[in-house]
Amino acid sequence: MKAEPAVSHRSALPLAGAALVILLGFALVPLFAGTYQTQLLTYGLIAAIAALGFNLLLGYTGLLSFGHSAYFGMGAYIVAFLAEDFGLHSMEGYILIGLPVTAILSALFGYICVRHTRIFFGILTLALSQVLWSLAFKFFWVTGGSDGLRIPRPTLLGGLVDFTGPGAFVRFINVYYYYVLAVFAICVVVMWVIVHSPFGKALQAIRDNEVRARFLGLRIRRFRWIAFLISGTFTGLAGILWAPLNGLATPDVLYWTFSGEIVFTALLGGFRNFTGPILGGIVFTYLKTYAVATTEYWQLLLGVVLVLLVLVLPTGIVGALTSLATRFKAREKS
Amino acid sequence: MTILTIQILNSLLYASVLFLISAGLSLIFGVMRIVNMAHGTLYAIGAFVTAWLVGRALALGVSLGWLFLLLPVGAVVVALIGFVIEPLLLRPFYRRAEEYQLLVTFGLLLILEDVVRLIWGGTPLSADTLMDALPSVRVGGLVYPGYNFVVIAVGAAAALALWLVIYRTRFGVMLRATSQDRRMAAALGINVSLVYVSAFAIGCFMAGLGGAIVVPTQAAVLGMGIDALILAFVVVVIGGLGSLQGALVGALIVSLVRTAGIQFFPELELAILYLIAAVVLLVKPTGLFGEA
Repeated sequence: MKAEPAVSHRSALPLAGAALVILLGFALVPLFAGTYQTQLLTYGLIAAIAALGFNLLLGYTGLLSFGHSAYFGMGAYIVAFLAEDFGLHSMEGYILIGLPVTAILSALFGYICVRHTRIFFGILTLALSQVLWSLAFKFFWVTGGSDGLRIPRPTLLGGLVDFTGPGAFVRFINVYYYYVLAVFAICVVVMWVIVHSPFGKALQAIRDNEVRARFLGLRIRRFRWIAFLISGTFTGLAGILWAPLNGLATPDVLYWTFSGEIVFTALLGGFRNFTGPILGGIVFTYLKTYAVATTEYWQLLLGVVLVLLVLVLPTGIVGALTSLATRFKAREKS
Repeated sequence: MTILTIQILNSLLYASVLFLISAGLSLIFGVMRIVNMAHGTLYAIGAFVTAWLVGRALALGVSLGWLFLLLPVGAVVVALIGFVIEPLLLRPFYRRAEEYQLLVTFGLLLILEDVVRLIWGGTPLSADTLMDALPSVRVGGLVYPGYNFVVIAVGAAAALALWLVIYRTRFGVMLRATSQDRRMAAALGINVSLVYVSAFAIGCFMAGLGGAIVVPTQAAVLGMGIDALILAFVVVVIGGLGSLQGALVGALIVSLVRTAGIQFFPELELAILYLIAAVVLLVKPTGLFGEA
């Protein structure tokens, strides 16, 4: 038992080092890439945050949610309401108010959904997210209906950085990239701590063997509920960050096919790995953007990729790379 | 009073189409334990094929009476698609986790949606000549299209036929046996693969038939399948996944609530349906008619 912390310390140090190098690499991107690429990568990082949250449920708790659009969309609409109806234009304000709201929403929906597992859990999450979608779609005098709500560029860091005057757009994209990158880094660290905490281990125990976990005295439904709450809040945060970047919140981000995209994202990177959804979010953003740019039939392309992925690479990109690396190592040893 | 009769007729019309879609979804789940997310899109394909065929036939100058024979063709085309999809895409997944099955049918949904767009483009296809071909009926003081009665009759006939097949034929016994215990059924000499592919094709046929009979009353448009899928989900959740009676009762409930909703509270109409589904799942997870 005594040796354990030492081992984890030893493995944590190079890991933190690697993470720092990658973070530095991300920080250097805007210096080389153009405005468009920077903007695209910002979208990618936001998708990564959403998938990271989603994967706490799928990868670590074993629950497939088909309704995570609800929390993402809620985050986006909260920002839109705050800007439109309350004249709030501070990003920190959005996050401070938006996070508790999405947390409450996920706590509420989660409380209902965790009564089920497997297929019924998926349908229940889907049905509840569709409630929000239909409300956003029908109450057009509040939500703008299918036209959505416009979101002006907010100020950052409590009003220290604002974006007016000439060249504001380019400046916004560059500064906002670093803002999102910082939030992303915090999210990754927090999620890492969560999944490696006793709580995270308990979730994995429940995922692997529910009956045994119950015998160990774990309150399964409570654990699943908290996991749902955290998961929804992370995805909600992604929605909050997404809204000012996109400049428009439409019911599309509440529709269930958007939940499907989040599932796709996690699967693409590999939901059995911590880094899978992060990579998946970034790769998916590029994949979708280029698919939409090259062909009118981008859905077809994405569908084919999804089917092939499930057939050939069920562990996703990261999973495939990991197993390749282990095979390579094994060959070196022998 | 007349308005009420018309509204009830409207909701029966809607229930009939919804039943066709959800019964197929439910049958596929009952036998194969797969929730087919592409099911709504198969319904849309039935509508597009039929509308396209009717348009072609009209251009060729086929007389009106013959056009009605084209209605089942759309359904048969969708059944054929099912015959191809099941062995090709679904069969590798029966032993894998549910998540993968759901994802592969979601991928199929994305593919089929764009195939529809690729073939028929973005413009709505209409087959309202069929609706106009039948005389109107006077209900009370109002005029009601006679074609709507055809739709209601087809829905009722399909329910009866499906019930007969499942509960009164040898094939039905095999179907039910496979659905209860796949391995036992295989051990008893039932060709499980054949049962699966037939069940899937019948399910697809029902969805295609729904699309085929609905298209004379409303044009086939992109996205109609995705909307229909969610409503079919609501139906089978209320009625119970895998239950035929459940699909029938669920379709009636959903269409009644929806008709009343459009009349009295149009903003909340959809939200209420989803909430009903959520409440049923909470109170009786297996639905009104489902078994554990």
